[in-house]
Amino acid sequence: MTDNVLSQQQRTTASGSSTETPGTEPYLVVDNLTVKFPTADGVVQAVTDLSYTLEQGSTLGIVGESGSGKSVSSMAIMGLHDYKRTQMSGSIRVGGREILGLTNNQMQSVRGADVAMIFQDPLTALHPFYSIGAQISEAYRAHHDVSKSAARAKAIEMLDRVGIPQARSRVDDYPHQFSGGMRQRAMIAMSLVNDPKLLIADEPTTALDVTVQAQILDLLQELQREFNSAIIIITHDLGVVAEMADDTLVMYGGRCVEHGPTKEILTHPEMPYTWGLLSSVPEVSGDTDARLIPIPGNPPSLLDPPSGCSFHPRCTHRDKVPGDLCRTELPELVPGNRGSHHLKRCHLADPDSIYAAEVLPEIAPDLVDVIIEAREDDTPPAPEGR
Amino acid sequence: MTQTDVTPASGSERGTSGPILEVSNLTKHFPVRSSGLIRRTIGQVQAVDGVSFQVQRGQSLGLVGESGCGKSTTGRLITRLYDPTSGSMKFDGREIATLNNKQMLPLRSEIQMIFQDPYSSLNPRHTVGTIVGTPLRVHKVVPEKQVLNRVRELLEVVGLNPEHYNRYPNEFSGGQRQRIGIARALALQPKLLVADEPVSALDVSIQAQVVNLLQDVQKEFGIAFLFIAHDLAIVRHFCPEIAVMYLGKIVEIGDRETLYNRPHHPYTQALLSAAPDVKQAAIGGRRDRIRLEGDVPSPINPPSGCRFRTRCWRAEDLCAKVEPPLLQIGKQHKVACHFAGEFDAVGEKPVPSTLAALGVNRAGDKVADATVDVESLDKAGYDDTWTDLAEHRQASAQVAG
Repeated sequence: MTDNVLSQQQRTTASGSSTETPGTEPYLVVDNLTVKFPTADGVVQAVTDLSYTLEQGSTLGIVGESGSGKSVSSMAIMGLHDYKRTQMSGSIRVGGREILGLTNNQMQSVRGADVAMIFQDPLTALHPFYSIGAQISEAYRAHHDVSKSAARAKAIEMLDRVGIPQARSRVDDYPHQFSGGMRQRAMIAMSLVNDPKLLIADEPTTALDVTVQAQILDLLQELQREFNSAIIIITHDLGVVAEMADDTLVMYGGRCVEHGPTKEILTHPEMPYTWGLLSSVPEVSGDTDARLIPIPGNPPSLLDPPSGCSFHPRCTHRDKVPGDLCRTELPELVPGNRGSHHLKRCHLADPDSIYAAEVLPEIAPDLVDVIIEAREDDTPPAPEGR
Repeated sequence: MTQTDVTPASGSERGTSGPILEVSNLTKHFPVRSSGLIRRTIGQVQAVDGVSFQVQRGQSLGLVGESGCGKSTTGRLITRLYDPTSGSMKFDGREIATLNNKQMLPLRSEIQMIFQDPYSSLNPRHTVGTIVGTPLRVHKVVPEKQVLNRVRELLEVVGLNPEHYNRYPNEFSGGQRQRIGIARALALQPKLLVADEPVSALDVSIQAQVVNLLQDVQKEFGIAFLFIAHDLAIVRHFCPEIAVMYLGKIVEIGDRETLYNRPHHPYTQALLSAAPDVKQAAIGGRRDRIRLEGDVPSPINPPSGCRFRTRCWRAEDLCAKVEPPLLQIGKQHKVACHFAGEFDAVGEKPVPSTLAALGVNRAGDKVADATVDVESLDKAGYDDTWTDLAEHRQASAQVAG
């Protein structure tokens, strides 16, 4: 960990301005991140060798089940892990600045100003004793040297911006006086008050109703266009990813198992776990007689992860790999047959044709022709503007 | 699975025909009390306000809606965890809305419930054997000596290792815990299972396992389900008939093909358009999303007339004045909207279809006698005749086929 304390003196001011670095490095670079928690039962390896990058103005969707390490990895970017109890290695660079290894005080200047987070449950994330306005202006004053009244004006402006009606009178309300959707809007207002360049949304809509979820997703996209911020959206819902994310990263057992442009991942998934995620969700327009195909078994224990590929005990395609490779050897995260943009961690030689021949007809018998057709006129990836 | 002696409950004592559950005009109001010493009642939360539906034997009815629409309260009323304010609930032909606890006791074995949260609905200090065995002991279904055997059978039915009866809930994962809850609900061979969000607390890959288990259980034991969920895709997958609730009322009810392919109520259309759809997105198709403004109003002081009108893009003065009745507009399709019509017709507003039936003009004033008996609209189930929206006349099953 000590070797990460390299670039503390890079920036001394606490303001969130001008972190543009020369060169072409993307705004967020996560490189070989590993997070371990020593516990009484042994070391929990929550995240292992996770690497990805994110440009400003684009959205990354991280998909996985509970315990797959998706939240732990993004909390590391926020510096929210207890440094005394967590072992972290690798590198996280935000705007060129290494943040792994920063002290809590140094992290304060990054948190909120450069990187902000929206949590899943706004009722527990907002403080019940303080008014919404007070909480937003506190976040603003932490990074800006302004008067209380100016901060309050800023809070009203932000509440208005995220679509709270009568923001001027609602600013003094307490969280319990807001509905679920309005609380989530207030959270978004709070996280955006310092114009962060990176926004991490951890299951931002899971606690919300569908119609409100649609409102919040629309709002996030709108704000992203306005502020040109990078967004990491963490979810278990592939539907949310399909609508929001440019890139998708699938996590399983603390590792990235598939990573690529969202459309590519959804039309040409190459990892049996991703197939499982697609097949176990019924669709509002699917075939009602089709039986759901669950992924058998349970998610792996991170205390005692399976040998080889961590998905192999639940994988129904492991017999297609010669020998006992899946059980004995961890597959590398390498580009598949479809080019360098699409990374997968699987021993299967030609997963794409297995998907088209075996998995797709099971998942969507009524859509299979349409999807095959759509797959054919796919030209590998131009990051599509939305 | 089949070597167990869990047999489909026989309908020996009471009838075997007709719906297993018939709910008419069910209402539940929770009083809101003032603070202070006297605590007068200052309002009513109209959680469920005049709901009518039927659940057929061995079939499933889905209840969907957003939080606070009263779907969970409806489930709890049917299991009599709450006492209804008014209305009738006929279970197997017998009125259960007015029974007291003692009279209710023998019936409780026939209506069981699966809860949403498998963490809080299992007592952490009891072993699985105790949790699943307690209903058997309370209702003295089997002699004490055989309880353990029966528990093992039940655990096997739900796909758990029967030798794990000695373990505590914390030793199981979320999906396994939900299986324990299902085993407990199955212990008394109920005729009706109320499943309140049975999979929403589980991981995606586990949800499918539990949904498949519930379908197996239903097929094998012929249990009727009232399936309460907010996830439209799961409900559609599980239930042939679905009711959509909004602020304590059913706004649309029908068979799943009609409801999902040709929804007529604007709220149903908005719900469906808001649900993200992976496979559609995968092929690049994206439906037009209807953006609903604002939040669900408070059930303490619901809007006059149609309760959805504050968020509805079709609303007119009429909607504030006259409450739209739940009118049958198809063989198995009822909708409560003055401007019921398919989504394609959003551009040009459909002519209010309820005017003739209610005998009012478009401004909401009474001009003639109602052609439809509004009282009769409270009753559950479907009639042989209905109002044809396109032609503004009564249609019947014989004519329409």
